[in-house]
Amino acid sequence: MAASIVYRELSGTDRRFWGLMAWLAVPLALGAAAFFYVEHYGHIVTGMDNQIVWGLPHVFAVFLIVAAIGALNVAMAASVFGKAVYEPIAPLSALVSMALLVGGLALLMLDLARVDRMVVAMTHLNTSSIFALRVVLYNGFLASVAIYFWFLLERRMNRYAKAAAIVAFFWQLLLATGTGLMFGAMVARAAYDSPLLVPVIIVLSATYGTAVFILVLLAACRWDGRPIAEDLLRRLKNLLAISVGASLYGAALFYFSKFYVARSHDVGQFLLFDGGVYTVLLWLGQVLVGGVAPLALLMRSQISRGAIAAACALVVLGGLAQVYVIVIGGQAYPQILFPGMVESSSFFDGEIHPYTPSVAELLFGLGGVGLAAAIIAAVLRALALLPERLDQTLSPQP
Amino acid sequence: MSTNEGSGLSRRGFLAISSATLGGVMLAPGVRLIEVASARAPEQAASKQVRWGLLIETDKCATGCDDCVKACATENGIKDTGRPRTDAQWIRKVELKDRRSGRTHSVPVMCQHCEHPPCVDVCPTGASFKRADGIVLVDRHTCIGCRYCMMACPYKARSIVFDDVTDQNPDVPRGKGCAEGCTLCVHRIDRDRQPACVEACTKAGHNAMIFGDLNNPQSEIAQRVAKFGTSKIRADLKLNPAVRYQGL
Repeated sequence: MAASIVYRELSGTDRRFWGLMAWLAVPLALGAAAFFYVEHYGHIVTGMDNQIVWGLPHVFAVFLIVAAIGALNVAMAASVFGKAVYEPIAPLSALVSMALLVGGLALLMLDLARVDRMVVAMTHLNTSSIFALRVVLYNGFLASVAIYFWFLLERRMNRYAKAAAIVAFFWQLLLATGTGLMFGAMVARAAYDSPLLVPVIIVLSATYGTAVFILVLLAACRWDGRPIAEDLLRRLKNLLAISVGASLYGAALFYFSKFYVARSHDVGQFLLFDGGVYTVLLWLGQVLVGGVAPLALLMRSQISRGAIAAACALVVLGGLAQVYVIVIGGQAYPQILFPGMVESSSFFDGEIHPYTPSVAELLFGLGGVGLAAAIIAAVLRALALLPERLDQTLSPQP
Repeated sequence: MSTNEGSGLSRRGFLAISSATLGGVMLAPGVRLIEVASARAPEQAASKQVRWGLLIETDKCATGCDDCVKACATENGIKDTGRPRTDAQWIRKVELKDRRSGRTHSVPVMCQHCEHPPCVDVCPTGASFKRADGIVLVDRHTCIGCRYCMMACPYKARSIVFDDVTDQNPDVPRGKGCAEGCTLCVHRIDRDRQPACVEACTKAGHNAMIFGDLNNPQSEIAQRVAKFGTSKIRADLKLNPAVRYQGL
């Protein structure tokens, strides 16, 4: 008879745990300081201007939100699609998803130029705005994952976990679609303006989310020496490899469709070949560091945990580069008002717009990452979410 | 006696002049009142029967002339801080050169007051809105500074205010951290006056800008739009802007 899975909080002395929290408090404190600095002086102290209106904080926010959507995949595989091997780690998957979303949302909301009007943002909702709709989608996603998370943890509610998971799954799909549409439906900018961004965001979410989830899982198990079955690791690294491959394919389809179609050829040419830092980030960051290199690591049949962690870290770095190219590169390319004409003006029409992120923006963005990490660490310490062993073929705790 | 009659004022003449003067004094304010009354009363809502618009005659718009830009800045209290990348620009002159023919144009570009404005669609709080008469505005009280309208506007017509705003025109409230753009000088339109840019262009004798009601077939702008081939910027997007260009 298979033994029951025993879930345990993060172990270790209080001193060690609070030491970890103190480390995580560093980016949080710096992020908070950066926020108050920008809030006090205004966005004039950032690298943003009237040409590049969304800067580095948006890069971090979009990355965290897209990763949050995909971090739930492992839980959905377990609870919706019946992959029993992932059941023991489903609660962690839900936690990572919620924490990343909170980190990303905090950045998005605190980067408002009138952050003092956050209440207005919550009380005035333009229902025709995808941006506003996303606020509903975010909250709904958080609520649906929280309910699913609760049903997983509460034995009396376990039997409803699948139903809750199905709701969360559809909400996940809605949120990914909304996020993709936010950029894809933006006809004003040639770099976006493509419904292909919806499926691309879905595969990117799977890639970033799985990578972050595996990193958290490895770190948590390493913290108190929990063993992980080779089979589980192999499945996870294969899941990541498939996601990375799909992301590369999606990115190739997106960029080359931009390049091939006459009306968007110029922006495709810019991003792929002539875009300076954006072209470098695309080929070196996104394709090589975030795609080819982790794939080469993950495709090996024998792979150590360190190599898996390295592959995940590369995916995260490549992902940040990719989001930078999409968010900033898409704004750097000028909006063409008069096709067939050379444009110039005092408002920099027809020019590639420069952008240098400020230190405050970087610290603020990292603060969002720190917030997500601190939430994960605190909840793992407070709640028994992770099995004490992940190397047994066990039936879940009744 | 006859000389007296010839040089002096007859009773009849006196009465006629007096009546005319009195009538003038009494009627003049009335005439003035009628003129003022033709502007929309504050409590009267903007009508969707009207669609305010601009026609730019590009052949009359000279390279290097920025009378409209200066007038806009003065009217709306937009100051040059010496940092053009973060300064707001409600109207700008865009210099154009045809890649094939080499023909050049110099055209003012501002908010195009679209019939289907993307900024209004995307604004999460509804701060970006379109008035019944087609003027697209920002409610400075509910703008949260998310900058999504700036991302979504195909005309690069929105700016965000990066600096503290001082010495504001009471008719044109602005605020640091809020998005803004050309209001078509709505405060002047509501008092039956022309937008500042159009007034300056006309006053300088260029006559390159015509303002009026696109929905009124009798208006000069509607007649010109009906008679001549005019173009819309990014017509492919089918936003039906209220600013038209003739001669591009």
